[in-house]
Amino acid sequence: MSLAQTDKYYLPQPSLWPIIGSVALLTMAVGGVMAMHEINHGLWVLLAGVAVLFFMMFGWFGEVIRDSEAGRYNKQVDSSYRWSMSWFIFSEVMFFAAFFGALFYTRVLSVPWLGESDTMQQLWPTFKAAWPTAGPGLTADGLKFTPMEAWGIPAINTLLLLSSGVTVTWAHWGLKKNNRMQLILGLGMTVTLGVVFLCLQAYEYHHAYTQMGLTLGAGVYGATFFMLTGFHGFHVLVGTTMLIVMLLRSIAGHFTAEHHFAFEAVSWYWHFVDVVWVLLFILVYWLI
Amino acid sequence: MSDAAHAHDDHGHHAHPTGIMRWLTTTNHKDIGSLYLWFSLIMLFTAGSMALLIRSELFEPGMQLMHPDFFNQLTTMHGLIMIFGVIMPAFTGFANWQVPLMIGAPDMAFPRMNNWSFWLLPVAGIMLLGSFWLPGGAVAGGWTMYPPLFIQGGVSYDLTILAVHIMGLSSIMGSINIITTILNMRAPGLTLMKMPMFVWTWLITAYLLIATMPVLAGAVTMLLTDRNFGTHFFNAAGGGDPVMFQHIFWFFGHPEVYILILPAFGIVSQIIPTFSRKPLFGYASMVYATASIAILSFTVWAHHMFAVGMPVAAQLFFMFSTMLIAVPTGVKVFNWVATMWKGSLTFETPMLFAIAFVCLFTIGGFSGLVLAMAPVDIQLQDTYYVVAHFHYVLVSGALFSIFAGIYYWLPKWTGHMYNETLGKTHFWLSVIGMNIVFFPMHFLGLAGMPRRIPDYALQFTEFNQIATVGAFIFGFSQLIFLVLVLKTIKGGAKASDQVWEGAQGLEWTVPSPAPYHTFETAPVVK
Ligand code: HEM
Ligand SMILES: [Cu+2]
Repeated sequence: MSLAQTDKYYLPQPSLWPIIGSVALLTMAVGGVMAMHEINHGLWVLLAGVAVLFFMMFGWFGEVIRDSEAGRYNKQVDSSYRWSMSWFIFSEVMFFAAFFGALFYTRVLSVPWLGESDTMQQLWPTFKAAWPTAGPGLTADGLKFTPMEAWGIPAINTLLLLSSGVTVTWAHWGLKKNNRMQLILGLGMTVTLGVVFLCLQAYEYHHAYTQMGLTLGAGVYGATFFMLTGFHGFHVLVGTTMLIVMLLRSIAGHFTAEHHFAFEAVSWYWHFVDVVWVLLFILVYWLI
Repeated sequence: MSDAAHAHDDHGHHAHPTGIMRWLTTTNHKDIGSLYLWFSLIMLFTAGSMALLIRSELFEPGMQLMHPDFFNQLTTMHGLIMIFGVIMPAFTGFANWQVPLMIGAPDMAFPRMNNWSFWLLPVAGIMLLGSFWLPGGAVAGGWTMYPPLFIQGGVSYDLTILAVHIMGLSSIMGSINIITTILNMRAPGLTLMKMPMFVWTWLITAYLLIATMPVLAGAVTMLLTDRNFGTHFFNAAGGGDPVMFQHIFWFFGHPEVYILILPAFGIVSQIIPTFSRKPLFGYASMVYATASIAILSFTVWAHHMFAVGMPVAAQLFFMFSTMLIAVPTGVKVFNWVATMWKGSLTFETPMLFAIAFVCLFTIGGFSGLVLAMAPVDIQLQDTYYVVAHFHYVLVSGALFSIFAGIYYWLPKWTGHMYNETLGKTHFWLSVIGMNIVFFPMHFLGLAGMPRRIPDYALQFTEFNQIATVGAFIFGFSQLIFLVLVLKTIKGGAKASDQVWEGAQGLEWTVPSPAPYHTFETAPVVK
């Protein structure tokens, strides 16, 4: 397919999608707050907001894909997308940094302080400040949990994600050589690995909640464990969804060997999610 | 250009929606810039009215007008709205209008996302202001949202947390757009070190926003889960620590104050050379100073926490790093003064505001240095001295630069000159009013009057009464500004393309008012 390229920077027409997105987020926020305060129908309002958001994403991304396939994006637009995706990933890095920072702060600083200070000794004399902990108060109240072991499912998941990084790169090589079979096969394998990862993580969470006493409420260990791995898992979910879109687009014959930034952006994102996982594996699972 | 694309473009030009739909769906950087600026002005009057209510209550000791909890709601919302609803949107409005004009680009890099960045702000605004009518009222825990207080409130607290998420989303998308525009869409020949200072400061501000807004999002997410989902991030019983919130918050918060001032530096660095009829003194050092402020601003956050308790080594580190950051700030002040030195100065309203900025922002910088000394700050923390400090940097700093920028570029935007007499009246009333409100607060703070308190001891009465009088002078003189802007949009003397005799740069080469589409083919910069 030949993409007619223009020398002008493509400026889109006025668009309704953004304002639909705003309505979606307002509905979701109001619904979410209602649901958290157990106000009737809150969950439905939230879901309605989510539905509008999905509608908006379908419409908006669809428009971008059509613009791209019609050849309206020249080199300069392509380079805009590259810059923006890099900065977006940087913002994600900083989001995770907040939670890794919380892990570091509690583990290295504030939990040891709880063991040292005289006031705390008065309040909770039996408390031993050592990681992992559910904290002095919850422990005194009898909360018990088993920390998550690294060399079971988490190790398998590490292998899965690392191999998926390889398969997505292999798919990219295929695309660059114009070998569509390799592209589709590589993407298919990557999606499968992502889905298996998610299933194993769901199983691990279920096991933690039912067998190990390890919940979101299990003190600061439970909180950092679930928030870090949970946000990561959510990113894997989003990444897998985007990979599926790439797979469908590849089957539909989109992309050329030279012009396929959407694919590259998804693979950058996927590699980022991979790196976060390696950090999680080392800092959350392994070094306890 | 290919025929297909041509046909598409032509089709576009007569498909423009009109009326309200024009503003809801617009992808034009000038429209979106105006939306940001109007939103900011409306919020300025909203949060300003809250300030006047606060000052009225504080006119006398004892409780007269309101319930103390409502007083706390007012201080909290005043802070949140002024920062996220007034100063930040105003600067983003300037970026939208000016960055493409100053770098010779046809529009922002992502016009649709640009629209969304703006239209998320009214959503957050509805959520914040609407919470006044919810059971329990609006949030009353302070704009800094510290736990455990913030964990204990009602519905509006969750709504506020989500509003912060939405404003963060808006800022991140806006910043990605601005960075990409600056890095990728400059006219041929406009190298980085030839960019106008305003563009430079926004490039660095956008970087700060992308680096810190996600951290704020993380912090408030932890608040949300502590409130609703049983986590113990900020609860010592579960092994967490309320002080941890302050660390994460201020890791965002201090770079945030530079987000609120760097674009102001940029605006002032455009205006002073114009009215001095000399190029900016020490352009390269300005760029490096801005960059070093941005980097250092990540290493000073705990100067907001000296009284909370920290190991001595940490106190010393944060004390010295804070003092260090005053050095690049000083470089800037000297450069502005040196630009004026031996220039042929004239004092139109933009220049007056810019000069007031240089003088009064410097006072705020000095009180910042006083607060940076840990032993002194332990006395002054949470007193009116801090209130004085940040209002000198934010009102006579950020807000004055916004006024200066509006007076400076309004003729380019509307095609009309504003009324100079009205402008000067606005200026003098603002400068005098502002100093009457905030200067006495230094004395109140040194004497020990705590901030965020609706009642106070008798000996503080006189200075509080002076401050309240000043607040009403300052507040009502902003109506002059509103009238002036409306009058300038409606009519007035025709502005030339260059507008100001000493003005330099691409934005002054396009007609006044700037046409809807500019630089569709890029100009070449020598
Ligand atoms: C020379 C540069 C500056 C220094 C050394 C400095 C230092 C400080 C210190 C030490 C505090 C903490 C006071 C306390 O809570 O006890 C503070 C508070 C504050 N500063 Fe600055 N500052 C500087 C510039 C700025 C600028 C440019 C802005 C904004 C445009 C700003 C905005 C604020 C705000 C909003 C607070 C109060 C936050 C709160 O507790 O609500 N500062 N500053
Ligand atoms: Cu600070």
